[in-house]
Amino acid sequence: MNAPGKWFPHPWLSLLLLGVWQLLVNDLSAGSLIMGAILGWVIPLLTHAFWPDPPKLHRPWVLVRFVFRVLGDILFANFEVAKLILGASSRLQPAFVVYPLELRNEFGIGVLATTISLTPGTVSADVSEDHRTLLIHGLDVPDEQELIDTIKQRYEKPLIEVFECSTT
Amino acid sequence: MLHNVIILCLGMISVAMLLNLLRLFKGPDLPDRVLALDTLYVNAIAMIILMGLLLRSNLYFEAALLIAVMGFVGTVAVAKYLLRGDIIE
Amino acid sequence: METAIEWLVAALLLLGSLFALIGSFGLFKLPDFYMRLHGPTKATTLGVGSLVLASMIYFSTTGEVGLHELLITLFLFITAPTSACMLAKAAMQVHAARVERTRGEPWEQ
Repeated sequence: MNAPGKWFPHPWLSLLLLGVWQLLVNDLSAGSLIMGAILGWVIPLLTHAFWPDPPKLHRPWVLVRFVFRVLGDILFANFEVAKLILGASSRLQPAFVVYPLELRNEFGIGVLATTISLTPGTVSADVSEDHRTLLIHGLDVPDEQELIDTIKQRYEKPLIEVFECSTT
Repeated sequence: MLHNVIILCLGMISVAMLLNLLRLFKGPDLPDRVLALDTLYVNAIAMIILMGLLLRSNLYFEAALLIAVMGFVGTVAVAKYLLRGDIIE
Repeated sequence: METAIEWLVAALLLLGSLFALIGSFGLFKLPDFYMRLHGPTKATTLGVGSLVLASMIYFSTTGEVGLHELLITLFLFITAPTSACMLAKAAMQVHAARVERTRGEPWEQ
C-alpha cells in the first residue's frame, strides 16, 4: 500500500468529517480548522476495520449531477405523495416489487436504497442475502415493470457510472 | 406578520402530533407504534425550530440536533429488538 | 428587501408545516403499515427540512450567519430511509397486516 493510502485510507470520509465539524462549531477559525483536520485524520484510521470495501469515486461530477437530480425529485415526489395521501385511499394500488440489482458495490447499493426511499411513492424494504435484489414497497404502482425501468434508468445507471469503473 | 405565521405553524404541528398520538394508541401492530413514535420525535424537532424562531434565539438548535440523534438511535434500537429479540448481538 | 425575505420565510414555514401535517395525516389515515410508512419518511422529512431552511434564512438576516442548521436536515435525510428500512424489516418479521389488494409478497428471511 502506498503512503497516502496508508495515512488517509478514506480521503472522502476525511473531507466529510472536516466539513461536518466546521458546521457543528459554526465558526471559521484556525483552531476549529486544526481540530477538524485532526478528527478527519484520526477517525478514518480508527474505524478502518468497519469499512471493508471503501467506495471509489470514478466520476465525481456525475455524482454531483445525481445529487441535484435527486433533490429535485424529492421535491416533486412530495407533491405526488401528498396528492396520494389526500386522495381516496381505496383507489391506491400498493405493491411489493422485487428489483434486480446491477450494482455490485455495497456502498452504491446503500445509496440506491436511500434514494429509492426518498423519491416517488417507494420505500426500499429489504435487500436479499446475496445482495442481488432489492424489495421495494410502492404506495401506488399501476405497472411494476415501468417502475423498475424508471429506477434503472434514472438512478442506477449514474450510480454504476460513479462507483464502478464501467466499461460501457 | 411573521409572528402570526409562526403561531399558525405551531398549531399545524400540534395537530400533526395529535394525529401521531392517535395512531400510537390505535396502532394494531408494534411497528405501527414505533413508527408513530418516530414521527412524533421528528415533529418535536419541527416544534423546537419554530419555538427558536418565535423567541429569536439560536440556542434551540442544539436541542433539536440532540433530539434528532437520540430519536434515530432509539428507533433503530427498537426496530432491531423487534427484528431479532435482542439489541446487541 | 426585508419584507421580501419575510415573505419567503413565511412561505417556507407554511409549506414545511403543511408537509409535516400531511405526513402525520397519512400515518393516521392509510389502511396498512407498509402504506403508512410512506407518509413520515417523505413528507415529514421534507417538512422539517423546509422549516430548517426558513430558520436559516431568518437568522442570517439578524447577522448571525450560520449554516449549522443544515446539519439537522442532512442528518434527517440520511436517517429517515434507514429507520424506514429497519421498521419495514421488523414488520415483515412480525407479519404485520396488509390490505388484500397488495400485489407481490414480502420476504421471509
